Amino acid sequence: MASLDDLKKRIASVKSTQKITKAMKMVAAAKLRRAQESAEKGRPYSEKMNNVILNLSNGISDKENAPKLLSGTGQEKTHLCVVMTSDRGLCGGFNSNIIKKAKSYFAKILDEGKELKIITVGSKGNDQLKRVYGDKIIENISFKESKNANYFDADKVGKMVIEKFEAGEFDVCTIFYNQFKNVITQIPQAQQIIPLNNEGEENSSEESYEFEPDEDEILSNLLPKNISTQIFKAMLENSASEQGSRMSAMDNATRNAGEMVDKLTIEYNRSRQAAITKELIEIISGAESL
Amino acid sequence: MSEEFKVEIVNPEKSFLVKDDVSEVVVPAFEGEMGILKDHISIISFLKPGIIKILSKSGDENYYVEDGIVEFKNNNLSILTSTIFNLADMDKSKQQDLLKEAEEEANKTDINDQSKYLADQKVEVLKTLN
Repeated sequence: MASLDDLKKRIASVKSTQKITKAMKMVAAAKLRRAQESAEKGRPYSEKMNNVILNLSNGISDKENAPKLLSGTGQEKTHLCVVMTSDRGLCGGFNSNIIKKAKSYFAKILDEGKELKIITVGSKGNDQLKRVYGDKIIENISFKESKNANYFDADKVGKMVIEKFEAGEFDVCTIFYNQFKNVITQIPQAQQIIPLNNEGEENSSEESYEFEPDEDEILSNLLPKNISTQIFKAMLENSASEQGSRMSAMDNATRNAGEMVDKLTIEYNRSRQAAITKELIEIISGAESL
Repeated sequence: MSEEFKVEIVNPEKSFLVKDDVSEVVVPAFEGEMGILKDHISIISFLKPGIIKILSKSGDENYYVEDGIVEFKNNNLSILTSTIFNLADMDKSKQQDLLKEAEEEANKTDINDQSKYLADQKVEVLKTLN
């Protein structure tokens, strides 16, 4: 059994850990509110963008010559996966969930004999993936300097993806991120952004639009923007999810630390009592033998 | 019958502006300025750098945009843009900064014709502001 002194030290150390996790939880809660707000504020833009593109692609007359970003290159040989994770740890299963989802997708692609390329956004994803898929990672981006997700960063990633697409480096692009549902639930998502997947979304309104200039030109201008918008949306959802996940993880940690302190305190008291009893017995039996 | 319609400007971060007493909006569409009044036909177009003028009962407002998409449908005008500034809030130094940035971009040699054209437009618009 550990000595009284050891127990005392352990209690002190668990208590200070608890203080840290508690502070992290509160910081995450404050950040979560902001991240959630901006995720909600960002939704109208991506929704409207989606709507416009839907209207446009319905209006397009010549499906054969549609921009490649919409219809794809006609083959599915090389897949590009953009895996978006956080830059910081201590956020529960947040990163591992994305990685798990991504890895199962990677395995599927490699099984089918297709080529795989990976871009990681956020250093945690890179850390976890480089052991197994190190040779597949072509780019690693991290936005450690920027405090909040901003459109400028998303645009940088978007432009890079488009550049690579135009250079013919891949045929299909999928982004991986966590969708924020609520504080305890984040759903890892795989969303295909190139070619654009509009299946299952039927436009109800049959209204015809006037286009100026023509559809093709608008589409070819709009689609690259849509890529950045989708990536930005993913970043917003991700940052809200990260904070939510961290908050619940830290809440758990704080509670567990509390339980541990209780247990250790009981053990400490018990062994203190045992020591006192032992000493008493020694004194009494010493006195009796006289 | 009022001759007013609703306009909504959104940028990626948030809904930038919502107004429902607008009588006319002039947008710098790609093929020239376009004035939109109530009951305009449904239209989708995109913007080049320029000034959006919003005329309403509560006063006129001017915004500087660098790019964007306009959609008009059922007397709802949606403008999606990534860069927008209210001219009233924009001071001289901010304008100078933007101008400098645009000029640098326009002077680059390794850009294609379209981005060159857009950059030139930017410079032009910003110069008229000063």
